[in-house]
Amino acid sequence: MITLTVNGRKQSFHGAPFKRLIDVLRENFALTGTKEGCGEGECGACTVLLDGEPVNSCLIPVCQAEGRAVETVESLGAPEKLSKLQAGFLACGGAQCGICTPGMLMTARAHLKSGVRVDETSVREALSGNLCRCTGYQDIVKSVITAAKKK
Amino acid sequence: MRGDAKSMTVLSPRSAAEAVKAYAQAPAALPLAGGTDLMVAWNLGQWNGRAVLDLSRVAEWRTIKASAQGVLIGSLVTHSQIQAHPVLQKRFPLLVAACATVGAAQIQNRGTIGGNIANASPAGDTFPALAVYEATVRVIGPAGQRVVPIADIFAGVKKTTLKPGELIEAIFLPFVKTPTRGVFRKVGTRAAQAISKTMFAGLIWIGKDKKVTEARLSFGSLAPTVRRLHAAESFLRGRQLDPISINAAAELMTSDVSPIDDIRSTREYRLIVSRNLLVAFLKGEVK
Ligand SMILES: Cc1cc2nc3c(=O)[nH]c(=O)nc-3n(C[C@H](O)[C@H](O)[C@H](O)COP(=O)(O)OP(=O)(O)OC[C@H]3O[C@@H](n4cnc5c(N)ncnc54)[C@H](O)[C@@H]3O)c2cc1C
Ligand code: FES
Ligand code: FES
Repeated sequence: MITLTVNGRKQSFHGAPFKRLIDVLRENFALTGTKEGCGEGECGACTVLLDGEPVNSCLIPVCQAEGRAVETVESLGAPEKLSKLQAGFLACGGAQCGICTPGMLMTARAHLKSGVRVDETSVREALSGNLCRCTGYQDIVKSVITAAKKK
Repeated sequence: MRGDAKSMTVLSPRSAAEAVKAYAQAPAALPLAGGTDLMVAWNLGQWNGRAVLDLSRVAEWRTIKASAQGVLIGSLVTHSQIQAHPVLQKRFPLLVAACATVGAAQIQNRGTIGGNIANASPAGDTFPALAVYEATVRVIGPAGQRVVPIADIFAGVKKTTLKPGELIEAIFLPFVKTPTRGVFRKVGTRAAQAISKTMFAGLIWIGKDKKVTEARLSFGSLAPTVRRLHAAESFLRGRQLDPISINAAAELMTSDVSPIDDIRSTREYRLIVSRNLLVAFLKGEVK
C-alpha cells in the first residue's frame, strides 16, 4: 500500500507501485483534471505539484510519491468559485481546446507562489515546459499576469 | 506495447549500503533516480518485466556539502537544487548555468546530476561544465568505493565505465582560483526543452603580462562523449590572446572534436557555430 496526500487529503493506493502518478490520479482517485499529452515529459500537460514544485506526473511512478503531497488542478477553484488564476484564464482567453490548461494552471500557481517578480519574461520562462497548440501563448501569459495583479 | 506497471518489481533501498546490496542481488535491475530519462523509455514499453532499483530514498545522496577543498554534490541532487545553492552559484557558475538549461522547470525539479551522468547522452548539458571544473565522480559498488575523473566516466554514446553493480554516489568539484573569464553556452532549437546542437564551457586565467596561464575549454554534442580541447589549451598556455593565436587555437579544435550529421543538426553547422563560440570567448566577447 502506498499513502500520499492529494489536494490536502490522505489517500492510499493498493496496486502496482510502478503505476504512473498520472494514471493513479485519474483512474484510482477519479481526478481526471490532469491530462496526458505526450507521455514523454515534453509537453507539461500532466503537470502537478509535488511538495509544491511542478513536475510531470507522466514520468513519476507512484512509489516515488509515497508520503509526499500532490496538488492537482482540482485543488484550485470550483465552477461557482474560480481561483484567481482560473478567473484570469477565463477573462483573457487563456484556454482554447483546454488540454494544456490544467498543466498551465499548476505551473503558473507554483510561479505565483515562488515570490519571483511576475512579469512577461518570468512567466514565459516559468511556463517554458508547458506547450500549447492553440493559443499562441500570448493570452496565457496575459492570463497569469492578470491573475497576479488581482488582490 | 506501452509500459506495463504490473510487470515491474520495485526495490526501495533506504541507504547507500542497502542500495549496493540490493543491486548485487538483482544485477539486472534498472537504477532509478528522477526518472526523466528512464520513465520516457519505460512509457514507450522499453523496460517491461524488469526490476527497478528506486534510489530516491537514499537520503545521503540528496545533499550538497561544501568543504575547504570543494563541493560534494550527491548523485540525487536535482538540477533545481544545484541552481539554488549559494556556494555553487558563487564558485561554479558554469554548472549552475548549465543546469538552468536542462529541459524546463518540471525536468529540473526531478532530473538529477547522477542520472544525467549515468545516462551518458552525448548532449548531456552538465558535462562541459563538469569537464572544465575537473569534477570527479564517486562510485560505490560491491568492491567498495572508487573515484573516477569525469573524463573517464564516459565510454561512448549512452555508455559509461561503471562496472556491474556500481552506482554513482556523488560528484566532487574542487575549488578553482577565480578565472579571468568563464562562460557556458548552449545552442539548441529553442531555449527550453531542446537538446543541444552544441554546447561550450570555458575557463581562462590570464596573467599580468597578458599571457594565458591556463585555459580549460570543453564542448558537448561534438563527439560521442564530452571533450576538452587539449591541443588548443596547451597551444594557448603562455601566449597572448591576439587574433593570430586565437585563430590558431580555433584551427586546433578539430583535433579534439568530431561532430556528426544527425537529426538535430549537421556537422558543418556544429563546427561553424562552435568555432564562433570559442573565438568569441577567447576574444572576451561573450561573458
Ligand atoms: C523533456 C525532457 C527534456 C530534457 N532536456 C534535457 C536537457 O536539456 N539537457 C540534458 O542534459 N538532459 C535533458 N533531459 C534528460 C534528463 O532530464 C537528464 O539527463 C536528467 O539529468 C536525468 O536524471 P534523472 O535523475 O531523471 O535520471 P533517471 O531517468 O532516473 O536515470 C537515467 C539513467 O541513469 C541511471 N542512473 C540514475 N541514477 C544513477 C546512479 N546514482 N547511479 C547509477 N546509475 C544511475 C538510470 O538507470 C538510467 O539509466 C531531458 C529529458 C526530458 C524528458
Ligand atoms: S504528458 Fe507528461 S509531459 Fe506530456
Ligand atoms: S488550449 Fe489547446 S493546447 Fe493549449
